[in-house]
Amino acid sequence: MEDTNIEKKGYAFSKEGMNILKEMMKDYPSSDALLLPALYIAQEEFGHLDSGALQYVADVLKVPRSKVFGVATYYTMYKTKPTGKHLVQVCTNLSCSLLGADHILKYLENKLGIKVGETTHDKKFTLITVECLGSCGTAPMMQVNDTYYENLTEEGIDRILEGLK
Amino acid sequence: MNDILLKNINKQNSTDIETYLKDGGYKPLEKALKEYTPKEVIDIVQKSGLRGRGGAGFPTGKKWEFAAADKNTPRYLLCNADEGEPGTYKDRPIIEKDPHQLIEGIIISGYAIGAAACYIYIRGEYVYGADVLQKAIAQAYKKGFLGKKILGKKFDFDLYVHKGAGAYVCGEETALIESLEGKRGQSRIKPPFPVNVGVWNKPTVINNVETLANVSHIIKNGPDWFKSMGPEKCPGPKIYSISGHVNKPGNYELIMGTSLKDLIYKYAGGIKDGKKLKAVIPGGASTPVLKPEHIEVNMDYESVGAVGSMLGSGAIMVMDETVCMVGVTRRLLKFFAHESCGKCSPCREGTHWLVQILDRIVNNEGKTEDIDLMLDICDNMRGKTFCPLGDGAINPVLSTIKHFRDEYLIHIEEKRCPVNYPHSEYCL
Repeated sequence: MEDTNIEKKGYAFSKEGMNILKEMMKDYPSSDALLLPALYIAQEEFGHLDSGALQYVADVLKVPRSKVFGVATYYTMYKTKPTGKHLVQVCTNLSCSLLGADHILKYLENKLGIKVGETTHDKKFTLITVECLGSCGTAPMMQVNDTYYENLTEEGIDRILEGLK
Repeated sequence: MNDILLKNINKQNSTDIETYLKDGGYKPLEKALKEYTPKEVIDIVQKSGLRGRGGAGFPTGKKWEFAAADKNTPRYLLCNADEGEPGTYKDRPIIEKDPHQLIEGIIISGYAIGAAACYIYIRGEYVYGADVLQKAIAQAYKKGFLGKKILGKKFDFDLYVHKGAGAYVCGEETALIESLEGKRGQSRIKPPFPVNVGVWNKPTVINNVETLANVSHIIKNGPDWFKSMGPEKCPGPKIYSISGHVNKPGNYELIMGTSLKDLIYKYAGGIKDGKKLKAVIPGGASTPVLKPEHIEVNMDYESVGAVGSMLGSGAIMVMDETVCMVGVTRRLLKFFAHESCGKCSPCREGTHWLVQILDRIVNNEGKTEDIDLMLDICDNMRGKTFCPLGDGAINPVLSTIKHFRDEYLIHIEEKRCPVNYPHSEYCL
């Protein structure tokens, strides 16, 4: 059955993205293994993974859309909704919490004027909490997009956010 | 300290293959390929007594032997770099600062089990680490340590990096396999074990980063050298990650079996701000909490087991007197509930139910029967799940009820937090 919510047009990997995927096909005995890498490419190129993006990945890999949807919604690093330019991810697991992750989070909420899960009006920042990122010896920490920021202090956060504007 | 696995991490250009070669790197690979048959390499690793450093402590050589004995080919080696056990950050310096040590260990291990290829399954958040590995792998291909006819021998072996995408359970080996195959990372029931039916239904060995990093040193220095370090049943170096309320948190590579007391006081500089030690989690979030009276324990699999906990990944989380143990337990259970893959009901339902109960206890709305209810839920989860996530999730609950029952009772009966600090700050 045709899903009327799916926007079919406008979804196509760049030549470069398609080449990366084609190269990777040689690395695996089954092309099914390309689903996670393909979703990363889609997220990189389309910004986030809406139903059209998921359908496109399903078409490219010739796997059912249900499977693509299942995988994309299972893993925390795939974004099915749009986020701000900078995704601020604060670890609140035990080691970070023991050293003030709670305080760091409140400071960020006040500074950005948003609550956890929200995006600033200018679409620059989205604030979320995440589970342990393997920075427990340098807690508290946050990851902004791909970059780790460790041993966080209020002044440190001021500097980091300033650099991201 | 830091003289085997972490010895290169502070060197300049430590990730460059030339730096690694200058220090005798890839000589053990040459030795393994030229002097030993694959079977002999397995025997050497068996004799060394090396056990898996990911948490389960399974004898590495034994695992290899099982896979190598399976005639179904191709065989695969998977390197588990999905470091996600809360408190654990021991593999990160190996990946980010000394990738060639890992790669060399992988190639020797692949030779031993007769693997066609290895995939390093790295957690998606380690973007930097994945990049370092990709570059190092490209260098190793250029030098002829990977690819066809390695060092002129009849041995072809490829190595790839595969990124996870944020799921703790993918550190469990069958969930890792599912994820690598492009599925939701949900555990498979065992048996069959991955050594026979693993990725793409082929014999598969899954070893942790730290385990594989040990291999080149064992080939270089011999099994007796390795066996001479630490306890007879689990010898060798071990990287302990210490975090929480200590003065000098960090990774400390020491001989397996170093005492918890030395780790906290001698190496990590003792408890922060002169406060008192209240509790320690010795091996990551899924290992039972210990009390100060246990800290004389030697940090090896058998000794930690004897005091009612587990060595796990060797991730030591230290808590001082300001911490509410009910709050700690709630925090950890929220993690397990979030990470439960949802495949089997005891874990899927049990973790969320435990969080609900812990929420009301922390909020001073708990009922007298809640402690028994939690014990009952734990009993219905223990040993009844596909993978160890369910068993791990009950450990914080059971161990805190055992050691800190009074804190639960104060929250429930006196409707207050047992620690003399403002409630909202310290119940985590």
